[in-house]
Amino acid sequence: MVEQTVRAESATAAPEPAPAGPVKRRGPGATPYLFLLPYLLLFVTFTLVPAVYGLWVSLHEWDYLLPGKPFVGLDNYTALFDSASPVFDFFWQSMEASGIFTVFSVPLLVVVPLGIALLLNRSFKGRTFFRAVYFAPYVLGVAVIGLLWRFLLDPNLGAVNSLLGAIGLPDDTAWTTGLPWAWISLVGVTVWWTLGFNAVIYLAGLQDIPRELYDAAKVDGGGRWAEFRHVTLPGLRPVLLFVVINTVLASSNMFGQSYLITQGAPGVETRTAIMYIAEEGLRGYRMGSASAMSYLLTLALLIISMTIFRLFRTKD
Amino acid sequence: MKPHLTRRGLLGLGVGAGGAVLLGACSDDGPNPVVGGGGENAQPAATNYTGPNVALAFWNGFTGGDGPVMKALVDRFNSENPNIKVTMNVYEWADYYQKVPAAVSTGNGPDLGIMHVEQVATNAARGVVLPLDDVAASLQLNEADFSPPVWRAGVYNNKRYAIPLDVHPQGMFYNKAVLEQAGLDPEKPPTTGEEYLAALDKLKSKGIQGHWATPFPFTGTHQFESLTWQFGGQLFDEQATKPLFAEEPGVKALTWLTDLVKNGYSPKNVAQDADLIALQNGKAAFNWNGIWTINTLRAVKNLEWGVSALPTIGSQPAAWAGSHNFVQFKQRSQDQNKLQAGKVFINFISKQSIEWAKGGQVPARKEIRDGAEFKALPEQAAIGSQIDNLHFPPSVPGIPDAMATIDTAVNEAILLRKEPAKALADAAGKANQILEQNRKKYGG
Repeated sequence: MVEQTVRAESATAAPEPAPAGPVKRRGPGATPYLFLLPYLLLFVTFTLVPAVYGLWVSLHEWDYLLPGKPFVGLDNYTALFDSASPVFDFFWQSMEASGIFTVFSVPLLVVVPLGIALLLNRSFKGRTFFRAVYFAPYVLGVAVIGLLWRFLLDPNLGAVNSLLGAIGLPDDTAWTTGLPWAWISLVGVTVWWTLGFNAVIYLAGLQDIPRELYDAAKVDGGGRWAEFRHVTLPGLRPVLLFVVINTVLASSNMFGQSYLITQGAPGVETRTAIMYIAEEGLRGYRMGSASAMSYLLTLALLIISMTIFRLFRTKD
Repeated sequence: MKPHLTRRGLLGLGVGAGGAVLLGACSDDGPNPVVGGGGENAQPAATNYTGPNVALAFWNGFTGGDGPVMKALVDRFNSENPNIKVTMNVYEWADYYQKVPAAVSTGNGPDLGIMHVEQVATNAARGVVLPLDDVAASLQLNEADFSPPVWRAGVYNNKRYAIPLDVHPQGMFYNKAVLEQAGLDPEKPPTTGEEYLAALDKLKSKGIQGHWATPFPFTGTHQFESLTWQFGGQLFDEQATKPLFAEEPGVKALTWLTDLVKNGYSPKNVAQDADLIALQNGKAAFNWNGIWTINTLRAVKNLEWGVSALPTIGSQPAAWAGSHNFVQFKQRSQDQNKLQAGKVFINFISKQSIEWAKGGQVPARKEIRDGAEFKALPEQAAIGSQIDNLHFPPSVPGIPDAMATIDTAVNEAILLRKEPAKALADAAGKANQILEQNRKKYGG
């Protein structure tokens, strides 16, 4: 979706020059399809087939090792809306957890990296060094950052609380075991960890904005803010769309941070949808039920993505 | 499982059959049809293997200090049995329990593996592991060679699926320097509820929070389970038709743990592993933890520590324990040579389990546990003294799913978000639904 918009924009910006001379018209032949083939094969094998198969699984009581996989129709779906079913509370609780995380992490992950990208886009000494500094945490695996922060944020023994205590602030905040602290920790760690990625995308986008537009803005007497509003933001729109959708999807699929830092505590408050789906399917071997949950989550994300997409479009 | 037979009754039958085979084996009249026949793993087993060369894949989750010990045992086995080549693969336990069934279902499963005792019934019901009655029989193993709760835990639906390698119970680890600092005798740790609370009081008066109550499964849930049994309770009835952990003994157990926090013997909001770190740092005096902690604490320089059986807080001694068990995995096509070689391997490792004990476990075999060599391992022996007071969850498929609800209750109560009785009752409601779901699924 995103790539298409980018291409569409550049197409309108630079219309194709009319053919200069008589060009022999030939059908596209097999060439484009040959180029598509490797991707198509991968897409069909690893995306399309599993997706359709998952839909099939979700209509069954499915344990891949049990001989009987009885067809149950939409039972796995209706259970998710039946408050008496064993999955109802847990599922919606986990959806809520994913929702909370997304609502609080996405704005930060869209705005903060943009600010950093704007700073890093200016020329100053040591720019490359700072670019590396902001991107560095993103290179670390979730296991590394999870373990690291679990120790740093430990309510009784962690460095964060003892530093706070040293400067006279309360030193008994339950960063990983209490609310809302656990959410603050999870969002904070995630922003620290992944902002470099979005910043790099923004940087690339910023460098694509033609310098002439800034010069024109200056000639017109626009200040810094006017430049940002009328040149930078419109120029970044396709990139912004990509960043927003990508971040929403990544945040709603959050798993590792909760799994490692809070283990879903307190109670199951920070157990995200993906975490619960994994438990249901991979630990409880109820793949049918887990698939139904995944489809519901997918549907929700599809609707959200389409809404965002539309919001960006209507601004045109 | 047939509803009119109790689990113990079924186990009795199993043990009886094992005994019959034992007698049969003595009179040397071949495999006993009662036990040896009928299963997919029906080849009579022996303690040596003379067939053509075979290669066995052995998977387990010994990623910690136990990994190298097992690897050394495997190497020794390979050098003493030139016609069998065992290769060992190690995965994180959580990955292992996902990988192995998937591998078995595609016909790429390993030949041999290790399984925690609470996983055995689930994997037996799902056809991942093979019955091992004949292994037990031909290796002449029976209940008397092990400890009754350990030995019985490997039976599902009247068939044995697992041969115990070890048990890893909880023990009480204590920091001697901290006890001394509070004027307590570091060589005489408390053994009763009154002594324990008196010690905590003394520690508190010196500004030390003696027992950090942890809200996480490792090992908060384990402590809750130990205490529930100590107060005379059970987690589930024997056939796991309903949860019992929310009844009086369970409520007493969780209230006792929660009160540690409420009365200031423990800090609030203890995070994962913080209880053990606090013991190492001299911030806590006691930590009820698994036997594997021996290795962790040995690695800490200048730490004076000891370990004993859990104090008896309730009316009777009891302790949580896990147990590693040998299993053989189902293959697409049975290779009798491989099965035979696998049995030889299981027997070999089982007999060498004193080496395994040195890695920080209590051997499941009685003869080894009673031997002088094991008694010379003071820490392991102290924890091992609890062997007859250990409890395992019912051998019912899907039981780990129902047990997970306990984790949530313990977490909510110790974090002071719910009163213990309420947290347990909520969890029991969920557990009930899960048990019912499992019965439907596995045909209870």
